[in-house]
Amino acid sequence: MNRRRTINKEEAVTVFTCILLGFLVVCAIAASLSRKLLNTVLIFMSYSLIMSIIWVLLESPDLAVTEAAVGAGVTTVLFFVTLKKINAIMKKESLEETDEQEGA
Amino acid sequence: MSRKVPEEEYQKTVSCRLKRWLEGAEDPFAEGMEMGRQEPVTESPEAKERREEDEKQLRQRVYDLENNVEIRIFRRFYRVFSVGFCIFLVVMLLAAVSDLPVFGHPENPVNNQVAERYIENGLQETGAVNIVTGMILDYRAFDTLGESHVLFAAACTVLILLRTDKKKEQAEDEDNDRRYEPKNDVILQTVARVLVPPIFIFGIYIILAGHLGPGGGFSGGAVIGAGLILYLNAFGFARTEKFFTAKTFRRVSFCALACYSLAKSYSFYTGANHIESIVPLGTPGAILSSGLILLLNICVGVVVAGTMYTFYAMFRKGNY
Repeated sequence: MNRRRTINKEEAVTVFTCILLGFLVVCAIAASLSRKLLNTVLIFMSYSLIMSIIWVLLESPDLAVTEAAVGAGVTTVLFFVTLKKINAIMKKESLEETDEQEGA
Repeated sequence: MSRKVPEEEYQKTVSCRLKRWLEGAEDPFAEGMEMGRQEPVTESPEAKERREEDEKQLRQRVYDLENNVEIRIFRRFYRVFSVGFCIFLVVMLLAAVSDLPVFGHPENPVNNQVAERYIENGLQETGAVNIVTGMILDYRAFDTLGESHVLFAAACTVLILLRTDKKKEQAEDEDNDRRYEPKNDVILQTVARVLVPPIFIFGIYIILAGHLGPGGGFSGGAVIGAGLILYLNAFGFARTEKFFTAKTFRRVSFCALACYSLAKSYSFYTGANHIESIVPLGTPGAILSSGLILLLNICVGVVVAGTMYTFYAMFRKGNY
């Protein structure tokens, strides 16, 4: 009975890993196909997050912590700032304002 | 006896300019090297119309698919070639992956004497329960020293490239920075007030317990840096500048790197000459154990946290 339970747990972990790997592939493709740069950065962030869970499953928690902090945290924030610098992120109001200016 | 050179001639000599440069009275590269702000181009409406007409005609001529044979050939070739190149790349990578040894197999070339020695003698020789930290900061501490310096050099480069010094440009950058930013956002501030202390404590815990459990200087420093960025976003530069400026970053990073270098050269010296190190390894599992690793972790963490924050501040408005 006990043995059977451990096998089930291993199988569950394998299935979970496969799902995560599938997410990883989907994220990678979606990030490259997405039209909006902001969405690309967000997908990239979720990619990092999933990757950090995979690191935990691969028994390297050191890397998982670093991936979560650097990949999902700091890199994403730097991307956001860069997008703001090149005016890729705009509020709706400011967009309307520019439209009005152009119309006038 | 030296003849006294007239003052005007002396002003032109290299030594005088060097002296003035060292004193900070004159910058010989001013206005020669730096790239100034670009002025907006002004042109008359007729010139603009003519230019646009020219560009339109040029575009029409270049993309005239009926008559331009070269571009048709190129387009077809481009499509075929890009698809072929993608397939080639995918096949190559898949072949390389299938050629790799099986994941986690004990017979893999990764599991050689080096890894064996790390695993068997790591605890005994470094005193760190976490073998990874023992490897990074003891056996391969020289690599980590180089990494910290690379980070510091990168931060300095960002400072050089993105820093704005003139008051007018600073005000302009400040204005640009705040244009789409809500000031004193209540949700963000409340969340930051709740979240920032635990983030800092978690980062400090990761750094200090790096030799006992998962973590270490780099990850802990990154967590603290992320906390600093959150605090900055919520409360603005005025609040963070009370305790963290570019000067603080430079001084603290310099001290941390110097401390790392000194500690590691001491252990390299004693290790290479078979001298008994006076730093005790302590009992494995205790917080004050594993020799210098705790100190090195703190140094790396300080450098990384400062670097992350500096990157963010520099990217945002070129000055802090």
